[in-house]
Amino acid sequence: MTADSGQETLVAEQGATPVLSAAGVRVSFPGRGRRPAATAVDGVNLDIAPGEIVALVGESGCGKTTLARTMLGLERPTEGQVLFGGSPIGYRSGALRMYRRQVQLVLQDPTGSLNPRHTVYEAVAEGVRIHRLGDEEARVSRALARCGLRPPERFYGRYPHELSGGQRQRVVIAGALVLEPQVLVADEPVASLDASVRGEILSLLLKLRDDLGLAALVVTHDLGLAWNIADRLAVMYLGRIVEVGTPEQVFANPRHPYTKALMSVLPESPIEPIVLAGEPPDATRIPGGCRFHPRCPELASGAAAAAGVDGRCRGERLRVLPPTVPGESQVSCHLAQALAR
Amino acid sequence: MAQLPSERPPLLELRDLAITYQTGAGPVPAVRGVSLAVDAGQTLGLAGESGCGKSTVAASILRLLPSSATITGEILFNGENVITMRWGRLRAVRWAGASIIFQGAMHSLNPVQRIGRQIAEPILLHSPQTTPAQAQRRVAELLGQVGLPTRRAESYPHELSGGQKQRVMIAMALACEPNLIIADEPTTALDVMIQAQVLNLIGGLVREHGIGLIMISHDLSVLSETCERLAVMYAGRIVEQGPSHLVFTQARHPYAEALAWAFPIIGDPRTRLSPRGLPGDPPDPAKIPAGCSFHPRCAVAVPECSERAMELWPAGDGRLAACLRILPDFPGESPVRSVRKEEKDQPGEAVA
Repeated sequence: MTADSGQETLVAEQGATPVLSAAGVRVSFPGRGRRPAATAVDGVNLDIAPGEIVALVGESGCGKTTLARTMLGLERPTEGQVLFGGSPIGYRSGALRMYRRQVQLVLQDPTGSLNPRHTVYEAVAEGVRIHRLGDEEARVSRALARCGLRPPERFYGRYPHELSGGQRQRVVIAGALVLEPQVLVADEPVASLDASVRGEILSLLLKLRDDLGLAALVVTHDLGLAWNIADRLAVMYLGRIVEVGTPEQVFANPRHPYTKALMSVLPESPIEPIVLAGEPPDATRIPGGCRFHPRCPELASGAAAAAGVDGRCRGERLRVLPPTVPGESQVSCHLAQALAR
Repeated sequence: MAQLPSERPPLLELRDLAITYQTGAGPVPAVRGVSLAVDAGQTLGLAGESGCGKSTVAASILRLLPSSATITGEILFNGENVITMRWGRLRAVRWAGASIIFQGAMHSLNPVQRIGRQIAEPILLHSPQTTPAQAQRRVAELLGQVGLPTRRAESYPHELSGGQKQRVMIAMALACEPNLIIADEPTTALDVMIQAQVLNLIGGLVREHGIGLIMISHDLSVLSETCERLAVMYAGRIVEQGPSHLVFTQARHPYAEALAWAFPIIGDPRTRLSPRGLPGDPPDPAKIPAGCSFHPRCAVAVPECSERAMELWPAGDGRLAACLRILPDFPGESPVRSVRKEEKDQPGEAVA
């Protein structure tokens, strides 16, 4: 699918069963006291094919982490379903335990996610013990070696404080890999790492995909990360996916005004920066019409009015984007849809 | 690099600054001979990975280091040595002369005090004759400068978002009209959009008020956007410095090059599905390799790199680099290995 990279990708053929999907997922949190309920995820369809890396990007508070937690079974959707290999996941503890052998989490800050009093071996072996699998040492050794901690025995007895930031993140990834899952869900896997280490960890994720056919959902606000490793990119705004496509499609030709604005503020962007005023709006008060319309530069500049869609931007809700197959791009914007016609 | 056309000393000049922390395991040199200068209205970016000494340099400028640190060299603020300054004078220089926007500043606000009162505090301390009404007016003016509504003065920190708190920190840094601002990772942990807002704000204030700025980050793309000059540090020393766009796009030191490439140019097919990192870890400050401290991680090191002492040699176009490869007598390939981006080239749009 990426003609210019010349790399072989293990992305499934169109039509293959997605390994993990969200179908019409909606997650609301009841308000505390007199506060209204917050709808963090407001209708999301997303398919992840075996061996595919999907990046989910958006601002803080757009619901990307809630969606990731829901995909892991840590949060139960208020509406809709999470499907693993085509069947809905169960929420009883036994079913969830089986599910977590297949779908594992990698967190942002390796210092915070490792117990400072556990050695590397104990940290990685924990999953094996919880799931009562045999060959503990062989599994730990294999997972560490796959994550580039070689020779693994040299790292067994070390404590997190004796490791560098990059090595700690490798240990965290090894802890996820030890159960030989099919999917990794990574929440900002490089945000707390140094610039020089960042590339190393991203290369590792790509290598695991190539060697093991591991699929990944990577949640980030870092668009460069998506360009570096993702097969597909989904841009999220206030609980919805507003644009989805390959990084080539989305970055070369962003169609949603929000995606355009995100792209324009990158330090080396060739286009004039479009700095959106204000903070992302509030999940307790989702605007009517298009949820982006109060901040939309196309609506403010009159471009939407010129195309005759400004009334719809303000008043007509957009339908939830259907799940896409690799290679297909979609956008949830009245203006972009009118222009495409 | 400190070209001084006039007799007037630069706003800030560091001369051969070295800082060593005394620890239980012996002395640890964090900064090993750093010289640089910033004048009013100039912007300097200081880059490097964790532990390279960049934050220690920043803290030393206002003598904010713990007592376990020993400092040698000179820190000249308007020609006055900060290291030997008397306590009363130092207090006057902090805030009014130079102020720091700290890393993770959002957590440095007092959670039980209103924003307005926290911004007014340094103003009232530094000019005790200020009346409460004057202070209030000044707070309103500062909030306006950082793009926050005046009524925010009545808010508590928890009522603000991360970007708003960072703006409050910038307003505090500006409160006593300093000539120099030191911003230590001012946008780390902020979203791209908020980061753009905060960088625009800092850039605008520096231009309008002719303030000197030292900005610290590990992200060269952010620094090259905001600063005219860049200095890249590795293991306590500057390894390359010069005009930002040159250091960023055509680094001459292999370490500066690796840092520049760590963040991809979106749209550049060379970085698509091939993230670039730098193998290995920075050296333990207690055991710094001989010769060039970067040589164990350097992909193009030659045997001489581990023997010869490095210094910052002129590298053309107003640049300095501490790498043997830029010396005229160095045999072999050209020192610029990969041009990150041609000037005004358009790889940013190169995807068809």
